[in-house]
Amino acid sequence: MTTRRTVLKTAVGGLALSTVRLPGVHAGLPSGAIESAALDALPGKRALIKRSFRPPNYETPVEDLGAAITPNDRFFVRWHLANIPTVNARSWRLRVGGEAAASPLELTLTQLRREFHPAELVAVCQCAGHQRGLAEPHVPGVQWGAGAVGNARWRGVRLRDLLARAGLMRQAIEIAFDGADAPVIAQTPDFMKSLPVDKALDENTLVAYEMNGSPLPAWNGFPVRLIVPGWAATYWVKQLTSVRALARPLSNFWMSTGYRVPTAIYPSTGEFRSQDSATSTPVTQIDVNSLVTSLRTGERLESGRPASLRGIAWDSGQGIARVELSLDGGRQWQSARLGSDLGRFSFRTWTLDFTPRDRGPAVILCRATSGRGIVQPETWRANPSGYHNNVIQRLEVHVA
Amino acid sequence: MSTRNRRFALAAVLLLAGSSGRLLAADESEVHLKPADDAALTQARCSSCHSLDYIPMNSVFLKRAGWEAEVRKMIRAMGAPISDADAARIVDYLTRYYGTG
Repeated sequence: MTTRRTVLKTAVGGLALSTVRLPGVHAGLPSGAIESAALDALPGKRALIKRSFRPPNYETPVEDLGAAITPNDRFFVRWHLANIPTVNARSWRLRVGGEAAASPLELTLTQLRREFHPAELVAVCQCAGHQRGLAEPHVPGVQWGAGAVGNARWRGVRLRDLLARAGLMRQAIEIAFDGADAPVIAQTPDFMKSLPVDKALDENTLVAYEMNGSPLPAWNGFPVRLIVPGWAATYWVKQLTSVRALARPLSNFWMSTGYRVPTAIYPSTGEFRSQDSATSTPVTQIDVNSLVTSLRTGERLESGRPASLRGIAWDSGQGIARVELSLDGGRQWQSARLGSDLGRFSFRTWTLDFTPRDRGPAVILCRATSGRGIVQPETWRANPSGYHNNVIQRLEVHVA
Repeated sequence: MSTRNRRFALAAVLLLAGSSGRLLAADESEVHLKPADDAALTQARCSSCHSLDYIPMNSVFLKRAGWEAEVRKMIRAMGAPISDADAARIVDYLTRYYGTG
């Protein structure tokens, strides 16, 4: 069995970890989610916040998201099904074919690296359910806090180059993806996702074999995963083994039932029409969002002493126009200084220097505006599965 | 959790690992359900496919209808082989110990 090392954990009724017990780490989560969380290091990873052991769902502590690039050993982990093999790079094959591909092919990892032009970009990978646990009212699902997100430099090949080699035909309307992971029992639907053809052919959609200059960690999809910049991580299929061009929409639980929002609340964006139904539409783009990573709810600041707030902001690819902070609960806002631009799909770091004056409780708010002028909302548009939670972050601190 | 339940959890993990060689897995042996009559049944039916922390993680905010919907989803969408009689007992247990009634 895989070598396992559980550094620290907590159980219901057990002792909570000191790190997890720090004020603010879990502000807003359901009580049971706080109690069942644990700081746990998967093999090859630093300690992350465990939400579920099997399948493994682990999020990055917000204070570890302060850098523009999230290190591989701190990157969040998310799986749907518990039968996750360790993939051997030598025997791994990628099949590219399907009913709408004229010349199906099979590739080794070496062929993928050698026979196609490499492409590289920095992009945010964010779970569609990011911050579900902070939703009010709470909804069932993995109770993610603010750490189901990371940003990495991905290197691989363009999906469109693979599809061209496979002879993509005009009747293709979706491209479907499957990975090596499998359900525990045969009756459970295998995790497969699809993209509309135009998104699959986008120059930024990659089949990646490197993450931040290294092979992908097993937990993040070794040897190869799909990269769909700007779209939720549900499409970023891990341990990719199969790419199929389809002449009709993919229909399974993960497309037709999961990862959808009611159109009465979120009208279709028209980006994935073949998957729109009369009443619901798939989650596609991630939302403009930001986080303070250097300060937590419950912490203390000293009156008259210069302080520096730091954090990150991101969106689906319009880029970040500005990040503003309010130190008085939203009455006044000031702009943060943006860090270097690693590309429109990347985290953008920011800094704000200030000196707290008034003693007593203080509410700090942080909001980002995208290059298209879209600002983070003050309230969440409640939906049954807890998607699209990009409400303005609120920190309650004390100035002494 | 009783020793018997703990053994079951361990057996489930080993069975899972043995079924397809090396697997990526974390150590879940410290997750316990609140002890009550149907904790063992709930553990047996649920933990064959996922760790039990999914249950406390999703508490305390679901009413009976919410837990019913979750159990029904596991049966209808995920194919969990759970009889109607067992499902009713599991919903009762989840509602009482992990729900808002």
